Amino acid sequence: MSLTYDDVVAKYEPVLGLEVHVELNTNSKMFCGCSTIFGAEPNTQTCPVCLALPGALPTVNEKAIESTIKIGLALNCSIAPFSRFARKNYFYPDMPKNFQISQYDEPICVNGYVDVEIETDEGPKVFRIEVERVHMEEDTGKSLHVGGATGRIHGAEYSLLDYNRAGIPLVEIVTKIVPGTGKYAPEVAKAYVAELRDILRSLGVSDVKMEQGSLRCDANVSLRLIGSDVLGTRSETKNVNSLRSVERAIRGEMIRHAERLNNGERVVQETRHFQEDTGLTRSGRSKEQAEDYRYFPEPDLVPVAPDAAWIEQLRAALPERPSIHRKRLQEQWAVPDKEMSAMINADVLDVVEATVALGADPAKARSWWLGEISRIANEKDVAVKDLPISASDVAEIVALVNAGDLTDKLARQVVEGVIAGEGKPSAVIAARGIKVVNDDSALMAAIERACAGQPETAQKVRDGHLPAAGALIGMVMKDTKGQADAAKVRSLLLAHLGQSEG
Amino acid sequence: MTSLSRDDVAKLAGLARIEMSDEELVALSNEFTVILDAVARVQEVAGADVVATSHPLPLCNVFRPDVVIPSLSPADALSGAPAQEEQRFRVPQILGEE
Amino acid sequence: MSSKLASGEISSVELTQQHLDQISAVDKDVHAFLHVDTEGALAQAAAVDAKRKSGAKLSPLAGVPLALKDVMTQKGIPTTCGSKILEGWRPPYDSTVVVNLKKNDIVILGKTNMDEFAMGSSTENSAYGPTHNPWDLTRIPGGSGGGSAASLAAFEAPLAIGTDTGGSIRQPAAVTGTVGVKPTYGGVSRYGLVAFSSSLDQAGPCARTVLDAALLHEAIAGHDPKDSTSINAPVPAVVAAAKSGNVKGMRIGVVKELNGDGYQKGVRKLFEESLELLAAAGAEIVEVSAPNFEYALAAYYLIAPSECSSNLARFDAMRYGLRVGDTDGASAESVMNLTREVGFGREVKRRIILGTYALSSGYYDAYYGSAQKVRTLITQDFDKAFEKADVLVSPTCPTTAFKIGEKANDPLAMYLNDIATIPVNMAGIGGMSLPSGVAEEDGLPVGFQIMSPVMKDDRMYSVGAALEAALLSKWGAPLLSTIPALAGSK
Repeated sequence: MSLTYDDVVAKYEPVLGLEVHVELNTNSKMFCGCSTIFGAEPNTQTCPVCLALPGALPTVNEKAIESTIKIGLALNCSIAPFSRFARKNYFYPDMPKNFQISQYDEPICVNGYVDVEIETDEGPKVFRIEVERVHMEEDTGKSLHVGGATGRIHGAEYSLLDYNRAGIPLVEIVTKIVPGTGKYAPEVAKAYVAELRDILRSLGVSDVKMEQGSLRCDANVSLRLIGSDVLGTRSETKNVNSLRSVERAIRGEMIRHAERLNNGERVVQETRHFQEDTGLTRSGRSKEQAEDYRYFPEPDLVPVAPDAAWIEQLRAALPERPSIHRKRLQEQWAVPDKEMSAMINADVLDVVEATVALGADPAKARSWWLGEISRIANEKDVAVKDLPISASDVAEIVALVNAGDLTDKLARQVVEGVIAGEGKPSAVIAARGIKVVNDDSALMAAIERACAGQPETAQKVRDGHLPAAGALIGMVMKDTKGQADAAKVRSLLLAHLGQSEG
Repeated sequence: MTSLSRDDVAKLAGLARIEMSDEELVALSNEFTVILDAVARVQEVAGADVVATSHPLPLCNVFRPDVVIPSLSPADALSGAPAQEEQRFRVPQILGEE
Repeated sequence: MSSKLASGEISSVELTQQHLDQISAVDKDVHAFLHVDTEGALAQAAAVDAKRKSGAKLSPLAGVPLALKDVMTQKGIPTTCGSKILEGWRPPYDSTVVVNLKKNDIVILGKTNMDEFAMGSSTENSAYGPTHNPWDLTRIPGGSGGGSAASLAAFEAPLAIGTDTGGSIRQPAAVTGTVGVKPTYGGVSRYGLVAFSSSLDQAGPCARTVLDAALLHEAIAGHDPKDSTSINAPVPAVVAAAKSGNVKGMRIGVVKELNGDGYQKGVRKLFEESLELLAAAGAEIVEVSAPNFEYALAAYYLIAPSECSSNLARFDAMRYGLRVGDTDGASAESVMNLTREVGFGREVKRRIILGTYALSSGYYDAYYGSAQKVRTLITQDFDKAFEKADVLVSPTCPTTAFKIGEKANDPLAMYLNDIATIPVNMAGIGGMSLPSGVAEEDGLPVGFQIMSPVMKDDRMYSVGAALEAALLSKWGAPLLSTIPALAGSK
């Protein structure tokens, strides 16, 4: 018996917990000076420290501390006057020391919150997600599993380890439990992760690309009967690699839990893996036997006691909160909500803003980015941001159209050319010989040729049948290789044939 | 009298990833009874009002600037590897989950 | 030696060769060395000689040979930590101590034997066989740094580096009649010191005289940005203190609890005599009490194993070291488990299990947590005592060197060797042992321990030098001149 989502939320209410890991964009690793540049040859960015050679000792990256404090402040946390690193002990080949330097009972930031707004049946509603803690830790190396099917760990014969990523700075953001979202749980979770992403991006502390792993989300879900205050058993879902997956994973888990509960079965406390293709989760490690991590304070590092004046400096330099920023832009541009959402969903808000900052009209900027450029991005199956066209390119193009040096149609050709890698707008225009034919006599010559070529059509227009002009305009456009301004051609043609604009 | 049974020791050996023989487990279990009694003495004086020390010195805020320094060459990094392939450390099949 | 080198009376190559010859002659009996770097040492020596000829200004110890405890990494040279699990491992990097030795042009002869991963008080826990005390080859040389101390007593090297976590420099110094110093914690970099107990470990100088130890101390100490626990302050003026040896008006505190019935009669007698000599030199002897010291041993045997259970987790057969059991179908987990079972010795495994237990959830507060509190109490005891005295003193250890095998099956009895040295590590202060004579019962060396407050290491050297000078006057010759000659000795 398969439950619908509506069935589930009619009987149960979800309780969420979200853990987000952020890879910081520091130049060097968390505890050593090795480079963090992505994509290097294996084991070319390692040293005694991140390889855990006997005798090596960690040293704390100052920038990582700063970034973590900025994150905490942006999430309305208190910054602990005194915090410590701790060892989390467990064995795994991708973790060279067989312990991870993390933080345990003395994290650097505590007790914050993030407000997210989503559309509900009763209109827009704000949910406050409380942040329990923000702490620092280090990432593991990467393993390649050889010999099994599809490179997965099951059935592999052996594994190959690359420690370039071992020691990359990670910040973990953990929410308190999130009750009270009801049927909107999946949307609230998605909005939370999106808001976190935007905040982190505005701080400039991380690339926050979920698909690349610089922003990772683990979603914890449990269900309880509506009205009960007894928490249900939770499951943890990993491998959630996009905003959409956050939403799908939570929805899927809610249904899965409800089906089990309805059947009188227990929900198993375990870690599950989200499967992109099916939208379902697969069972992973059982968490029934919680691993004993034997946390203790890291003796090779000394406590962190950030100077109060430094914290205030960082607080003062925080950028405007993204949600406030967006509201301000929306007012300034007088944009309806739907269009605002479209820009946010397409992730073009920043670049539209940048285009406007360079002098373009907001409506024009929006129409290019959301229109033609988004269309090309979809065709190529990439994100708009990944196309090789910039805000300044678009601003330039808009200015040229305004000046009459380009028609909209020609402008589209220029956009195409820039994206195809032919260079900046001016280079594309020069190379392709794009120019508006403004020369009236040249236009008249083309118009006369068109009329001569289609005398019956020309006569129709003379007789007052204006729509027929379309065919003639088309011929002129062809004749001028599309470089004429169609509107101008129309008015000249009509005048020529004794008609005025209808 | 605090004691650790052979099974208790076996659990600890599992956590510590050491494959001990039965004789070793039993021997350790016996030794620990004596040792644990001796070390449990610390509880006599460790009152709630005493603050724990984890560092002999009151240092704090020791940081390193975010500057890249040269890494080991891959040859040096892999120099001790019991097995390697394609410039990576080769390890036997891993059973546990990632 | 260094004045002879400076004056050109002898070259470093000659000096190094002499020591290599002595090692060849006697080390088959003493077994202080695990690896002798003949070629490397002679090459280093030659380089120093060339530098000296070119007129370059050299440090006071330039060209003098030294033995290095096998727990410190030296690039390209086998570093085993006395364990099978690192057999044949050649580090790709130098520890900071070695970097400093090389900066000072000190010639490293080779790596010395030790209790496996520095766990022990007799060097019987080495996977490569014990070291024998040059005073009596049937006896232990102390531990964990027995190899370094023995190399000095056997005249195989004039200088050595040891490491001290609970007494591993000082206790071997005591039972071999040599000088050993544990600097203030953080005074010498731990980068490249294979970790046993991170909050207690410290490398330090070993020599036959207090001044030599001071010179070596200055050569290796100092702040290291690679070690976050190293102290960012100038090295205390230990050489000046060792040269002056002035104790007039210094208050010397005798720790009541570090003496008594558990201490051998001859050890106590020599302790009293040394106190008399210091008083005669102008020091004021006072009595101090440290009531929490009786808990130090227990706390140590919770803290050290806990930290080591974590520090030794990296030895897992994946990236370096021993790998066994890698047969068809074996898993990484089984290879790890088997390698650690075979590669670690009994004492190491015992401490790893004890540490794992002490850190376990449910037991943390009772064991590790409580032990860290005892540490605070011990530090407070020292602070109070140092209000009444400038240095504190005690016998270094309760007995003289026991026979090899005598205590091997009684871990608790073995642990008691460290009862006077451990409090020093717990508080992170400085500690020195120098020879106070031989016990009348057995004619074996006894050590006198001096303890100084954090970063006041120079005080140990003042008092040590004063006592050494007074004893030299009394004996007419250094104690080591009375050591029975080893067969084949040069």
